[in-house]
Amino acid sequence: MIVAERKPFEEIKELVKEYKKVLVAGCGTCVAVCLTGGEKEVDILKTELDMARRMEDNPVELRGHTIERQCDREYLEAFDSMVGDFDAILSMACGAGIQFLAERFPQIPVLPAVNTTFIGVNQGIGWYEERCRSCSNCVLGDTGGICPVTMCAKGLYNGPCGGTNKGNCEISNDQPCAWFMIYERLEKQGRLDCITRFTPAQNWENQVPRTLIQPGYKKPEKQ
Amino acid sequence: MRLDYPSNVKIIRVPCTGKVDVMYLLRAIQKGADGVYAVGCLEGSCHYNEGNFRARERIEYVNTLLDEIGITGGRARMYNLSSGEGPTFAAYAKEMTEHIRKLGPNPLKHK
Amino acid sequence: MKSESNLEKILEAGHFAFTGELGPPRGANAEHVREKAKPLIGNVDMVNITDNQTAMVRMASWAAALIAIEEGLEPNYQMVCRDRNRLAMQADILGAYALGIKNMLCLSGDHQKFGDHPTAKGVFDIDSMQLVNMVKTMRDEGKFLGGANIDVPPKLFIGAAANPFAEPFEWRVHRLAKKVAAGADFIQTQCVFNMKKMREWIKRAVDMGLTEKTYILAGVTPMKSVGMAKYMASKVPGMDVPDEIIKRLQGAEKGKVADLGIEIACEQIQEFKEMKGVAGVHLMAIEWEHKVPEIAERAKVLPRPVV
Repeated sequence: MIVAERKPFEEIKELVKEYKKVLVAGCGTCVAVCLTGGEKEVDILKTELDMARRMEDNPVELRGHTIERQCDREYLEAFDSMVGDFDAILSMACGAGIQFLAERFPQIPVLPAVNTTFIGVNQGIGWYEERCRSCSNCVLGDTGGICPVTMCAKGLYNGPCGGTNKGNCEISNDQPCAWFMIYERLEKQGRLDCITRFTPAQNWENQVPRTLIQPGYKKPEKQ
Repeated sequence: MRLDYPSNVKIIRVPCTGKVDVMYLLRAIQKGADGVYAVGCLEGSCHYNEGNFRARERIEYVNTLLDEIGITGGRARMYNLSSGEGPTFAAYAKEMTEHIRKLGPNPLKHK
Repeated sequence: MKSESNLEKILEAGHFAFTGELGPPRGANAEHVREKAKPLIGNVDMVNITDNQTAMVRMASWAAALIAIEEGLEPNYQMVCRDRNRLAMQADILGAYALGIKNMLCLSGDHQKFGDHPTAKGVFDIDSMQLVNMVKTMRDEGKFLGGANIDVPPKLFIGAAANPFAEPFEWRVHRLAKKVAAGADFIQTQCVFNMKKMREWIKRAVDMGLTEKTYILAGVTPMKSVGMAKYMASKVPGMDVPDEIIKRLQGAEKGKVADLGIEIACEQIQEFKEMKGVAGVHLMAIEWEHKVPEIAERAKVLPRPVV
């Protein structure tokens, strides 16, 4: 899932200070699961903004609406009949959702209410951890299912570095050394040969915006 | 028991303080209440194990939200007692009322 | 000969190598580099010029290396993967060689979090092992990492670091083997304090035939004080300082701790001279460059061979 974190309230307030009518747009998928930008969080933000603006004698008209996914045209359509009434849209979706919304309504300022943080896992309610950097070239098969790009602070392909510290990373004693874990796991699986080979320089494919077209599908010529 | 407690306290019943959502509390202040508090079971005695702990955390969160909004002073509070403690309930109601009186009315009232 | 390096000549001739270290200043102060260089002249075969060590901005390693050359030292140009991508690395390697640098040490680099720009973007486009391999490909095949031909390949003597002490210990010698396979001509180890572990690591390297393929220089750092020993024991990741060392330093007479530190370093150097698989010593006298002549004298590594 994509994990995001709400921006500090002061920053959000600053973003919308010029506007009198604001639509707060929630997203019901990833950011709802990580308790950042779903229906409930839209409600809270809307209430906060309402109260804060009244306190400043600068009231704002607010409406909240949450759709299933802001990264899907099919759902974005629900906003079509709504946006005309607003000066700005405050989106609580991830960066992808915010951009897709902005692309659909180029005449209206679309502003982010969250910082998109990482692709991660749900460790417990309200507790998420990063696991993938979407590098486009997965090596998990050779590294015991532990990602060296994400979990090693230096993203080393031939680790561990000299800073590995009794199983922890040099950056913090709370951060396990990815390569220490890779070694331990592969050793238990009897697969250390996976990492005794030298791994050559990575061909980074995430340096330009990426597009994926599945086999059997085509990008339409012109919309 | 015919106990007196301040008549300005409006009671909303919930099955467990675990049901008290951030929005309930925030909405109360938004609509003009001067303060809002939850009265839950004693810590360790929740029928659902952690309902009252959740409520306490949410109340702390609501106070930070109110601070951000500019309504400071801790207008949300959590109290704990057991179901047989009528006098304690009345005492907490008085204590909360006094706390809020000291803070003065909800600044949103005249906005 | 793979390069025109003095260090390579000394090692090839079978001499016990003795190398030093010089940290560039946090400013454009060339005089400071010259001052630090002076006590090293004639006392070491080569001097490592650190590259933004501990992730603090300092004068560029190649620039300080050129000043060292002017002073009569042979520099070992350190390069970390933290601060540049493969384009900048290859450009700097060509430039360094063109201006007379003949040795290079390939490192990952301390994480930027430790330095004076903790929120900088760490580059780590390639890792230290891939850097070793890139320099080797540039030198031996005359090709850039991207595959294109280089008109004048940089004939550098390629170094890499090894830490015999970091966990998992079992893996350390295999990682050394990977670095050797990637193309490391010489290895400089992390500061050695735990001699027992070092002996075991070297033995394994000898058994695997690695010391036939690369030259291992053991890292030696003289302790200046008990505080320094304790700090290195507890605060420096990947460092292994046994309690015996700290106890021994604590037992020194008042005002004699530094002297004992040098004595311990000299004992280590003595043992390394006789240790099978060790080709030399890399002395890291941290902010103690002026003590190098005394240490070299007491360790009986003078005069340095001329080859």
